[in-house]
Amino acid sequence: MPKDNGIGESPKRREDVRFLTGRGQYTDDMKLHGQCYAHFVRSDVAHGIIKSIDTSAAGKMPGVCAIFTGEDFVEVGGNPAGWLINNRDGTPMKEPKRPVLAHGKVRHVGDAYAAVIAETYEQAVDAAEAIEADIDEQDAIIDMAQALANSDHRVHDEIDDNCCFDWGWIEDNRAATDAAFEGAAHVTSLELVNNRLVPNAMEGRASIADYNPGTDHYTLYTTSQNPHLTRLLISAFVMGIAENKLTIIAPDIGGGFGSKIYHYGEEALVLAASKKLGRPVKWAATRSESFMTDAHGRDHVTKMELATDALGNFLAIRTATMANMGAYLSNFATATPTYLHGTVMAGNYTVPLVYVNVKAVFTNTAPVDAYRGAGRPEATFQLERVIDMCARELGMDPLELRRKNFIQPDQFPFTTAAGVEYDSGNFGALVDKLEEIGDLKGFAARKAESADRGLLRGLGINTYIEACGLAPSNLAGILGARVGLYDAATVRVNATGNISVMTGAHSHGQGHETVFPQIVADLLGIPAESVEIVHGDTSKIPFGMGTYGSRSLSVAGSAIVKATEKIISKATKIAAHMMEAAEADVTFEDGTFAVAGTDKSLQFGEVAFKAYVPHDFPHDELEPGLEETAFYDPANFTYPSGAYACEVEVDPDTGKVTVCSFAAADDVGNVINPMIVEGQIHGGLGQGIGQALVENCVYDENGQLLSGSYMDYTMPRADDLPSFTVDQTALTPCAHNPLGTKGAGEAGAIGSPPTVVNAVVDALSDLGVTHIDMPVSPSRVWSAIQAAK
Amino acid sequence: MTSVSMTVNGKAVSGEVEGRTLLSHFLREDLQLTGTHIGCDTSQCGACTVHVNGKSVKACTMFALEAEGAEVATIEGMANADGSLGVIQAAFQEHHGLQCGFCTPGMVMAAADLLAANSNPSEADIRGHLEGNICRCTGYHNIIKSIQAAAAQMG
Repeated sequence: MPKDNGIGESPKRREDVRFLTGRGQYTDDMKLHGQCYAHFVRSDVAHGIIKSIDTSAAGKMPGVCAIFTGEDFVEVGGNPAGWLINNRDGTPMKEPKRPVLAHGKVRHVGDAYAAVIAETYEQAVDAAEAIEADIDEQDAIIDMAQALANSDHRVHDEIDDNCCFDWGWIEDNRAATDAAFEGAAHVTSLELVNNRLVPNAMEGRASIADYNPGTDHYTLYTTSQNPHLTRLLISAFVMGIAENKLTIIAPDIGGGFGSKIYHYGEEALVLAASKKLGRPVKWAATRSESFMTDAHGRDHVTKMELATDALGNFLAIRTATMANMGAYLSNFATATPTYLHGTVMAGNYTVPLVYVNVKAVFTNTAPVDAYRGAGRPEATFQLERVIDMCARELGMDPLELRRKNFIQPDQFPFTTAAGVEYDSGNFGALVDKLEEIGDLKGFAARKAESADRGLLRGLGINTYIEACGLAPSNLAGILGARVGLYDAATVRVNATGNISVMTGAHSHGQGHETVFPQIVADLLGIPAESVEIVHGDTSKIPFGMGTYGSRSLSVAGSAIVKATEKIISKATKIAAHMMEAAEADVTFEDGTFAVAGTDKSLQFGEVAFKAYVPHDFPHDELEPGLEETAFYDPANFTYPSGAYACEVEVDPDTGKVTVCSFAAADDVGNVINPMIVEGQIHGGLGQGIGQALVENCVYDENGQLLSGSYMDYTMPRADDLPSFTVDQTALTPCAHNPLGTKGAGEAGAIGSPPTVVNAVVDALSDLGVTHIDMPVSPSRVWSAIQAAK
Repeated sequence: MTSVSMTVNGKAVSGEVEGRTLLSHFLREDLQLTGTHIGCDTSQCGACTVHVNGKSVKACTMFALEAEGAEVATIEGMANADGSLGVIQAAFQEHHGLQCGFCTPGMVMAAADLLAANSNPSEADIRGHLEGNICRCTGYHNIIKSIQAAAAQMG
């Protein structure tokens, strides 16, 4: 049987048909019989003591079914942090409880302290307005440095200061790193801010709980990137509902970018409400709620230092960061500024010493957690900005300074000074490719042409490496993870030869329904059309850790490979029985089983059918059926890398920055579907350029969210971005997973912010500008120009 | 509650709505046309873009009662009569112009509006026309390509 749409091809996405015709099924599109509606009452102050909540009037409003406050969840567990981080002195981090509804105190604008359930959404909203809450506003703790300096005024009264942890990586390197700085010929130092972002998946979070009193079973439809992880958190930590009494269904999801990894209190609330009422209970966030309560991203303040010798050889890297946790620890919040950040601080370089210090800080702001890239964009930004600045100080070409310090292809596997082992890469080849696709030689002429129009043109260069494919469970465990980070798949060959693949990954834009069948089809030599993917339903799938950290293909895809290999092994046994041959003599190629040296052969479909019609199976030797499950736990992280170039024009009169071109050469390892990989890179670039140019989440000193809507928080629009030039051919396969893939989901968002800022600084370097924080808005650029005059 | 009647995707429909009921809400909740998505609460994102009397409109900017007697077209009405994808829809699939699919109905409706007025738009024309439609997944690159391809095919 011919292969069709296998590995390396770009079939059209099968999921597109339902999305293009309005037949997608997102959580808020569902309407369960008898459902009522939840509406949350949220704090409008950043920090306050809840003196009393009077729900008596609201309870009498039309249509109200139930009202909940924090009192109702005092006995329920807290939503936990997924990673335990230890302080430099070995003591554990502080973990204040994160309740379902605020109790005793509200700790950020949007913190929910009550919920109304009513027959209609409008009735729930109307009744919420009748709740009388007496909240004694306290001074808000917003600035991280002040929060650390003042232990008397705390976000959480039960812990003794506002510092979650003070982490050193690698603590044993600290003294040697300091010594290297003492003796270095040149030190470049840069203080910078990695701006807070709001993820802004276009679909807001939504959940519908459906408790069945007849079976004592809960079903939760929810916007989750990882339904099994959500189930685990609810079962093991928050509500104690047995996993076999709780089904989590994550249907079509309108983007995640990290914000839908986490378990949120709204999910627990609708479950509790559905149990109490015996009816389905639905909640869907408004965009305002998304801004106030989705886990935000980034928000680091960093001092970055690079020590070199006189020739530009890197000697040591030292960083000190304050990382905002917000008011409560979200599930991955503590991993993001530590193990997803410090471990890649050596970048693409042979630098022998790295020391990273991170202080995580509680503030009266929304929780901060992993957002597309998660820790690696922050590391890349500070590293690649300081290298650019160093090149200018040394009078060297920024690209040549990087080349000089690259890990060379023959040095892999390479253990970096930040403590991880890169398995493969070829950074010089990426830069060569970048020079070609970005026409870097032509820059001088383009700069002159821009100057003729009164515009300042700049070229920004950046190289990056990231750690993804989360994650080897043994390493993750050593690093403090409270879960394993393997994934699982079941491949079920049905009697007529078509196949259902149950995967623990969840697709919310990544195209798994198209890509995963390509892998199975390629291995089995059958048409991809005969393979269907089942994802997002804990009742149908063995297990899975979900989709984030660019892990789906490398980890869940590898589990599918393993399960498919088991299918081939079992089917070979059946074929041997059918052809009355020794198993060792049966070959399998392109969907055909054959007996070597004979003309006997069977198609895959014939063997599949026999598996379910086993009239003559020797039952002590051969089991009926053709279904296999595999768990795959990676041996290491994967390490995608890339080289990016960006050209900008700056209008010196207005400070307006226009991105003229953007070229990206990425090594994402082997590519299964080039069309989808390009799309992932494009999307990451869009978000990274958005961070660099326009996006900024701002709280004022009272903790009011000033950027709480699309009128105040600038999203990159079509006319803010250029078309991109991308290439993924300068690749080195991952050395330790069966597909050789590394991951492409986050690369663009990691590599692009420093590229843009490097370009803007390059454009203004003749004026003496050395750094501008993101977003490089017209006002900041104009002010930098004026200050430099 | 007040009665409202309109034509949606060529079919006469009616319902009982509150004065505050938005057209977007009426389409989704009363007509179960859930392809029209709600992505914000300030009329910025464009996920609810539909056509009202031939013009592109964000359905969250109109009360359902304001659409009394109107001809409304939604994403559910954009396929060919035989159910196959229309030219713009097919171009989005061919050029990977969508990922999570949430902004997609609005993008397709906005693109149809543009191409009805300008059969040969430049890249800048397309980017400008999509100013009111936010996509978080694609970086817009392949949306632009899809609309260019649809324009070329529609001649």
